[in-house]
Amino acid sequence: MSNLADTRQAMRAGAGLSSGELRKLLISAAIFVLAALVPFAVDGYPLQLAINIAMYAALATSWLLFSGPTNYIALSTAAFFGIGMYTAAGGIELLPYPVLILLAGVIGAALAAVVGLATLRVSGVYFVIFSLGLAELIRQFMTWGQHVFGTMSGIYVTIDRSEPEYYWQLLLLTVVVYVVGWWIGRSRLGFALRIIGNDEVVAVHCGINTALAKVVLFVISSAFASIAGALVAPRWGYVEPVVAFNPFVSFQVVIMALLGGTHRLWGPLLGVIPFVLLWELIAIEFPSQTTLLLGVCFLLIVYVIPNGFTGLVETALGRRGKAGNAPGAAQRMFDPLRNLRQRGKNRNA
Amino acid sequence: MDILIIGLLLGGTYALMAMGLQLQYGVARIMNLANGELLIAGAFGAFWFYAGTKVSPLLSLLFVVPLAFALNWLIYRFLILPLVRRAKSQGKLEVDSILATFGLSFIFIGIMVAFFGAQYTDYAYLSEPVFIFGERYGLNRVVSFFASAVLCIGLYVWLHKTRAGLALRAVSVNPSAAGLVSINVARASAFAFALGGAVTAAGGVLLSMYLTFDASYGVVFTLKALIIVILGGVGDIRGTILAAFILGLAETAVATLIDPGLTLAAAYILFMIVLLVRPEGLFGRRTA
Repeated sequence: MSNLADTRQAMRAGAGLSSGELRKLLISAAIFVLAALVPFAVDGYPLQLAINIAMYAALATSWLLFSGPTNYIALSTAAFFGIGMYTAAGGIELLPYPVLILLAGVIGAALAAVVGLATLRVSGVYFVIFSLGLAELIRQFMTWGQHVFGTMSGIYVTIDRSEPEYYWQLLLLTVVVYVVGWWIGRSRLGFALRIIGNDEVVAVHCGINTALAKVVLFVISSAFASIAGALVAPRWGYVEPVVAFNPFVSFQVVIMALLGGTHRLWGPLLGVIPFVLLWELIAIEFPSQTTLLLGVCFLLIVYVIPNGFTGLVETALGRRGKAGNAPGAAQRMFDPLRNLRQRGKNRNA
Repeated sequence: MDILIIGLLLGGTYALMAMGLQLQYGVARIMNLANGELLIAGAFGAFWFYAGTKVSPLLSLLFVVPLAFALNWLIYRFLILPLVRRAKSQGKLEVDSILATFGLSFIFIGIMVAFFGAQYTDYAYLSEPVFIFGERYGLNRVVSFFASAVLCIGLYVWLHKTRAGLALRAVSVNPSAAGLVSINVARASAFAFALGGAVTAAGGVLLSMYLTFDASYGVVFTLKALIIVILGGVGDIRGTILAAFILGLAETAVATLIDPGLTLAAAYILFMIVLLVRPEGLFGRRTA
């Protein structure tokens, strides 16, 4: 346990930015600035791809906020994404659009809180099951609601936005998600979550309110997915339940995050770009076999590169004998359990 | 009265499908998210058989069940077992198997769309009325119920009266202790997984006799089966059967009284109640 106290102290002492962190921050900022310049360089089809990439980057990174540290696979992204779309579409006549974007976040957060409080107190498996059907459940409710209260099966939503503006909005959202994730990683909450992800029993014994920590993070993660939905709704123009609550969105988000690697905040960013391009290729070349091929891709990732691109990168760096400088070193230091385990091993040896 | 009888008939078939998942999750300890797709595959098998031969779809059980058994055994052997070996802990295995079977479910959907198309499918078999207490019901529902009852009872007796069944129940209670009394846990798990898949596919054959389905509808059945298993208590067959009837009744009540499109909501409400009141399920044991 003294090890844990050391680590906490180290965390508190490191409250300011170290030079390494500052460098990483500058690199990240430079990448995002470069990304923001994309609409000046391209338009038309490449820009559409860029918008897709920005959207999935925001969704996958927000997915990672919760599922990365806790190891609870959330399959509910489509549900919150759809809720965001419906908030924007349903309220467009009543409220200004920026208010709707915030409202989408609030509604998504509220639903996530209900789901989280019901399932996250019990066990991870129940949460996964609940999240698996959530999109389908809400889709049924929406279809039923529109059947009872209106005659239309969908809602038109139009506002004046150009393609570059959609791109910048989504990119900004990605930056916000990224910064929030980075901040959580440094906070007590992030520390608590890493312990939960490693061993929940130990976390409880450390006096961490595990249920609360998980619910808070799930709420944050889901709110961002809803906001992303609200941001793209006008671009799609017509919102109907089958499109808004398409389970493929959940599936793609998980696969992209896994491809990138779930151990690092920047993992999904690495996964999103190749996967969006691959998806386009599959959709063009094999339009009738997309489901099958995506399932195959998914299995390949799970079996062949379980730690994603970031895992590969870190292994490669580690092999060159630079373990000290590898990006994983910082977290390894903050991973009290690994140190404890290591000690156990040494003792046994 | 309508609700009661239709609900019970539906619940009877659900019991079979959930017993399949119970074997996979309770004994082999693999959370199989592709379970519903397998059920739909069974349904397509029955449809294909009936469309081709025009004899009773019940006969398609004769080839659907062995095929599903073999397929699931292969899945366990070549997809799940590497994960079991790779996993450092039960938690890691759970995450990996959830991901693997989730990916697998999309592969199943893709294959079924390629063979049968994405449209809604149903067929009319025995769609003539029978009268129970003076009310009309589809004969296909009644036949399906009795076929399911026969299979469920057979499975129950097999699990409780034979040595092989006893071995499976022992693994379900405690895999490491089962190993100590010279039960081959790896083989028992593979067998339970394969048998569970076969039972689920049989459930699909029976459900296809009166339900309309399409290739992507499996996830709904996965959820229903999972909710039944949790409601009944993991590892308890009696609980599964009781829970299947509860879900059948709840769904039929919602479909009749409110809207047929909200059946999943009924299942979710039951799920919520279980989670809040008795997370270990009706017959489950509270774990420390």
